[in-house]
Amino acid sequence: MRRVVLVLMVALLTGACGGGARQELLVSAAASLTDAFTAVEAEYEAGHPDVDIVLNLGGSSALREQILSGAPVAVFASANQENIAEVVAAGLVAGPVVDFASNQLTIAVPAGNPGDIIGIGDLARDDLLIGLCAPVVPCGVYADEALAIAGVAAAPDTLEPDVRALLTKISAGELDAGIVYATDIATADGAVESVDIASEPAVAVTYSIAPIVGDENQADAADFIDFVLGPDGRRILGDLGFAAP
Amino acid sequence: MTRRRPPVLLGLLAAVGAVLFIAPLVGLLARTPWSDLGGVLGREIVADALGLSLLISLGATLLSLLFGLPLAWILARVEFRGRTLLRGLVLLPLVLPPVVGGAALLFTFGRRGLVGQPLEELTGLVLPFSVWGAILAAAFVAMPFLVITVEGALRNLDQRFEGAAAALGANRWTVLRRVTLPMIAPSLVSGLLLTWARALGEFGATITFAGNLPGRTQTLPLAVFVAMEGDRDAAVAMSLLLVFVSLAVLISLRRSWWRAR
Amino acid sequence: MRSGLDARVAVVHPGGFRLDVELTLEPGRTAAVLGPNGAGKSTLVAALSGLVPLSAGRVELGGCVLEDTASEISAPPEDRRIGIVHQDYLLFPTMSVLDNVAFGLRARGLSKSAAQRSAAALLARLDLSALADRRPADLSGGQAQRVALGRALATEPDMLLLDEPLAALDVTTRAQLRHMLADHLAGFAGPRLLITHDPAEAFLLADEIYVLEGGAITQTGSPEDIRMRPRTSYAADLAGANLLVGVADGGEVLVGSHRLTVADTSAQGPVLATIHPRAISIHIDPPSGSPRNSWSTIIKRIENYGDRVRVQTGGPLELTAEITPPALAALGMKIGDEIWLSIKATEVVVSAD
Repeated sequence: MRRVVLVLMVALLTGACGGGARQELLVSAAASLTDAFTAVEAEYEAGHPDVDIVLNLGGSSALREQILSGAPVAVFASANQENIAEVVAAGLVAGPVVDFASNQLTIAVPAGNPGDIIGIGDLARDDLLIGLCAPVVPCGVYADEALAIAGVAAAPDTLEPDVRALLTKISAGELDAGIVYATDIATADGAVESVDIASEPAVAVTYSIAPIVGDENQADAADFIDFVLGPDGRRILGDLGFAAP
Repeated sequence: MTRRRPPVLLGLLAAVGAVLFIAPLVGLLARTPWSDLGGVLGREIVADALGLSLLISLGATLLSLLFGLPLAWILARVEFRGRTLLRGLVLLPLVLPPVVGGAALLFTFGRRGLVGQPLEELTGLVLPFSVWGAILAAAFVAMPFLVITVEGALRNLDQRFEGAAAALGANRWTVLRRVTLPMIAPSLVSGLLLTWARALGEFGATITFAGNLPGRTQTLPLAVFVAMEGDRDAAVAMSLLLVFVSLAVLISLRRSWWRAR
Repeated sequence: MRSGLDARVAVVHPGGFRLDVELTLEPGRTAAVLGPNGAGKSTLVAALSGLVPLSAGRVELGGCVLEDTASEISAPPEDRRIGIVHQDYLLFPTMSVLDNVAFGLRARGLSKSAAQRSAAALLARLDLSALADRRPADLSGGQAQRVALGRALATEPDMLLLDEPLAALDVTTRAQLRHMLADHLAGFAGPRLLITHDPAEAFLLADEIYVLEGGAITQTGSPEDIRMRPRTSYAADLAGANLLVGVADGGEVLVGSHRLTVADTSAQGPVLATIHPRAISIHIDPPSGSPRNSWSTIIKRIENYGDRVRVQTGGPLELTAEITPPALAALGMKIGDEIWLSIKATEVVVSAD
């Protein structure tokens, strides 16, 4: 019994110390980049066996707060430029900030469109259960922008902390509609349909990426960002519906 | 109580444990915008959240009393097959992660839910994303506290008193009202306080089932969560509010423990 | 009879214990059920009060059938008009003495004020008015006992049932309260049933005694009957008598290997022989005189009760003798001393087993 414990402990320790010298890279990415960056992680690790990407996904404002509080993040990919700007202002960015993708907003409805949504104007209807992202996250900021452009006073019934949580509730049929990113529609595997916002002008959703200050990982961070900005990254993003910035 | 000095290692570990509890409170107090506290507390997000928290927690406590008290009585007094299983299920929310509880509520009482769908078709009542949904979510996580406290008290009660009351001519309702409940009153009060405190602090089940909307379902814990990414001062002020309310509950609980002895 | 208790109570416990007794109580009389612990006393109380259903039998009180297994009638406890003074009194701890006494009246529909007035009057009759506002926790044992009695009497029940009413008290209080209890029992018009393990209580308070052992009544009779002619060794122990089992053969009874001479020459076969402790004489020298049972033995134990002394002797027949303190002093004996016993043949009471 004692031998088993000893062996386990050795395995744990060597594993924790990046056994085999695998370098860990913590990447914070906006929730809407979940599928895209998971694919990026797989391809990058295949080409760089000495690096272990750890993805930290969430609302961009939550990720910003983590970095400001000192989280050991190496790369920050945000769904808007404002969050990165705040990190820059705090002096925590270690290199250039680059816009690397763009997205579009759309209205998501459960499959079958039970609420008969035809446009953004329907989001003002009281008889429907409408969901939006909370105004502190980029998705919420963009949605408010779109609503303002269209001159619609929405009657939301919930303000979700990130876009994936919102999408989950729409795909479960608990909400009749919500404003999400166009790229999110495909991730719901058919449980969600999209209705065009058709806003003039269209809301510009711009994703930015930047390396974060930290001692060890600078070379790997820069490498990762180059991958995202390069042909492989663009292909992965493009396959999932993201457009060029 | 020993007057000898405690062993050094024990004292050291205990000190670390104490710091673990005290330090976060100190951190919170250090971050509080003392000079502007009144103004911050007066902000709409705070006022809305406070009012909702009180309404929802009190509603959840009442609901817990209405259904939890009879449930506790049945579990304590009536022997039936599956009683142990039922007790386990009733106590499940105590150990279940609240978000899981919220998800379960959504699958059951949501619009596409097992109960929720027929409920909406028959009565038009929609529970998620409403105040009632928030009350239900809070009651779901808090009611086990009432059940467990009251069941324990009923089990420890000397049932011969109820027999004596019956012999004097009291029917079962009178026995319950004039003998049983007064005799378990201290435990009932602590149970209610615990239930209320738990309902007040509920987050995971509420945000998953009832959603998050200022003025309708955004209770203090939810408001703190959202404000952390936006209005930090408000987040800290509301956290302070919650801490003080919790402390007040704990102090009152200690007092009712003493009385029960 | 119309207003008394007529009961046959049979209860079988899941564990196997069986209680089967018949009780007939007349109004105005006190009966005691006297038995050791485990005899079934609590089962009897629970069955009569309706907390435990009868396995078989019938209980009729004051002309009303409270329970009858044959016709499947069973009145719930709240409908049985039995006033119970419980072991440990069971005064409701969250209510004052006045509210405790008023409880039964309020439960039967009286308004709070009417019930409290009635209760206050009863407390006055029991000389307990000063305690009206106290909580049960602040009462002494004796006070609690009297309040419990008041609470039982307040509803004017058809019968009084007292379950070990003095057991929780110390010896002095018990003696004082025994007299008070006797007075109040005498003042109650219906039948009264006293359940106890204390023979002094039963002998002093009851008009008739039912001896309960192992779930069955082994003897009934007046206190004198039980004392003079106990039928079981438990009953004999209660009275302090010596009970021996033997075989009779024309004027002699063989108990073990010892022969006793008895006056009853007609007795034959298995018999119970009883010798009252006071019928045994103790001597230092071998006694002379008319035919007696006499033998030499030693003193095993001496118990001094103040006004009498009980001496336990060794073989060939271990007996308990009772003498006066002066007699003990005159004999000048101590434990281990050799003595001579003598018992008249007429003092050995023989009854068929």
